[in-house]
Amino acid sequence: MNSQPTIKKETKNKIRVEFERTPLKERLKAKFGNLAFYTDIVWYLFRFIILLGVSYIVLYPFFTKIAASFMSPDDFIDVTVMLIPKYPSFDQYKYIFLENEYVSAFFNTLFLSLSTALLQTFVSCLVGYGLSKFKFKGNSLVMAAVILTMVVPHGTVYLSMFMEFRYFDVFKLFGLLEPLGYTGIIDAISGNSLQLTGTFWPMIIISITGLAFKNGLYIFMMRQFFKGVPDELEESAYIDGSGVFRTFLQIIIPLSIPMMITIFLFAFSWQWTDNFYTEMFMQGNNSTVLMPNIVGVPSSLNIDHAGMQLYTSAINNTCGIMIILPLVVLYLFCQKFLVQGIERSGIVG
Amino acid sequence: MENTNTKIVSSPAPKKKRPASLEKRKAKAGWVFVAPFVIGFILIYLPIIVDSIKFSFNEISTIINPLGGSGGYALEFVGFENYQKALFEDADYVRTLISGIEQLILEVPAIVVFSLFIAVLLNDKIAGRAAFRAILFVPVILSTGLIEAIDASNNLMEFMDTSDSIDTGTGQSTAAQLSAAIDLEALFANMKVGTGLVEYVASAVDGISDIVNRSGVQILIFLAGLQSISPAIYESCRMDGATTWETFWKITFPMISPMILVNAIYTIIDAFTSESNAVMVLIDEVYGRPGGRELSSAMAWMYFLVVILILAAVAGIMSAFVFYQRKD
Repeated sequence: MNSQPTIKKETKNKIRVEFERTPLKERLKAKFGNLAFYTDIVWYLFRFIILLGVSYIVLYPFFTKIAASFMSPDDFIDVTVMLIPKYPSFDQYKYIFLENEYVSAFFNTLFLSLSTALLQTFVSCLVGYGLSKFKFKGNSLVMAAVILTMVVPHGTVYLSMFMEFRYFDVFKLFGLLEPLGYTGIIDAISGNSLQLTGTFWPMIIISITGLAFKNGLYIFMMRQFFKGVPDELEESAYIDGSGVFRTFLQIIIPLSIPMMITIFLFAFSWQWTDNFYTEMFMQGNNSTVLMPNIVGVPSSLNIDHAGMQLYTSAINNTCGIMIILPLVVLYLFCQKFLVQGIERSGIVG
Repeated sequence: MENTNTKIVSSPAPKKKRPASLEKRKAKAGWVFVAPFVIGFILIYLPIIVDSIKFSFNEISTIINPLGGSGGYALEFVGFENYQKALFEDADYVRTLISGIEQLILEVPAIVVFSLFIAVLLNDKIAGRAAFRAILFVPVILSTGLIEAIDASNNLMEFMDTSDSIDTGTGQSTAAQLSAAIDLEALFANMKVGTGLVEYVASAVDGISDIVNRSGVQILIFLAGLQSISPAIYESCRMDGATTWETFWKITFPMISPMILVNAIYTIIDAFTSESNAVMVLIDEVYGRPGGRELSSAMAWMYFLVVILILAAVAGIMSAFVFYQRKD
């Protein structure tokens, strides 16, 4: 810039500024001529390609599963068929729907997942709030217990958990009084322990008490979330004469709705695809059809065919697609809350 | 006003109970909030844990009540017999346990590093950021439990029938194709970095779909951590002429180190409680054998102890290197 801009007064109300504009070439050079610009572009492209590739790896199994679900047995012996079926058919969907009792499995699982997920969300909200905002003796002990339930793998307690609900009783005092003929309160009253396996009760009970699958994680996430809620909010409510529980219901709950949706989504979808607890607790009950029961080859499709082995696999995958289809719909609706909720739980701090 | 005051002072023993202080009332309310969990923990979970330990020292036989109704079960104390069986008689247990731990030690760094890498990539502005985030989180919601079980049987299918023209849809084969195309081992072989490292990297690339599927939660935890780092620090760094590479190692890495600890522990817990874990598969399989229920309890407890030790060791070692920002 060698020439200063000059200001000329043209008329009374008008001025004219004359300056030499930097030539286009120079301006382009300033913008594109340095290394930083190119490294930025390369870095951006690099990031984009990596993310694209990773997304591809995540989504690819779903592509192949969906493609295979529209294939007929002939497609599996035809070596030229890769992704797009030559003889497309809806048979797999049709017969799984008709013969594997999909509809009743859907409604039974919906009832089970909805009730347990709602209970789990509410209970982990309660417990998380109690752990984060109240300093009582034993607070850290309770937190340690929560972490313990998270760390013990469910394979470890498989047998005893089954036994617990097969012969359900409370106040058993660890069987210390068994020599005296006392095994528990229910036994003392009715003369027998309750058999809860084969019903939904075990799952309801472990949901109410926050012991179900990954509930430790939910409680932990809730606790972290509430730690980020400023105490002043509750203090001002207390000063206005609101009690602890009213404050919780009217101020804290509305505030934590996004977080609760996150937890609900976790609880719902993990219960929906759960086969561990469901199979364990539903042993001996053949009348209630749940999602794990529909996986299998429908009798109409069980034919003698060269491609049968792969076809069976494809049918199982189609069952999987039909199981997760409702979840995909749910996920698309709640996706925004989910990511927000986890970020807000801000495990930081 | 004065009148009432003197009255109270003069009355010898104020029997009127003073309302508890706010702190005390709040403490009580705290117990009410955690009550569902505490009651459940004491009445249901603790007996389950105690029973499980008890079963591992006993032999169980179900009593069939001839009068009808549930009969219950009888326990016979056998001491450490189940543990001895698991350690010295079972052909697979010790081998699976060792290889499982080895796998855990190899996988955890791969998952943590990968998720940190992806989180850093996702943290800056990029086209379609929301979509990428949604996609990366898909496996956490959709590839669990039942679907995982179906996928596991698919792998078996693939193994039995290697000449399939169609992908069975587990993603394993894509990654295999990819790494076969690159021929990673040949690429690294000339770099003189040692065969162990080459094999490790090659196996990580082979298992990339597995790693991607298991790092959804970790990525989000890292993202949350990255967003809590003040942009002012980066700005001042850039003023002083630091490159992106330097800023990563001098700023991002120390600031994110507490999250690395959290994620390492989360990954370990997630890895060893997942149903696809080799040791868990073995324990499940043993449970199904006749008379294998007590044995599986014993195996599971030993496994649990081993993992607790690993967790303690990892937490101990890593927390020495974790940087905590002092908030004054």
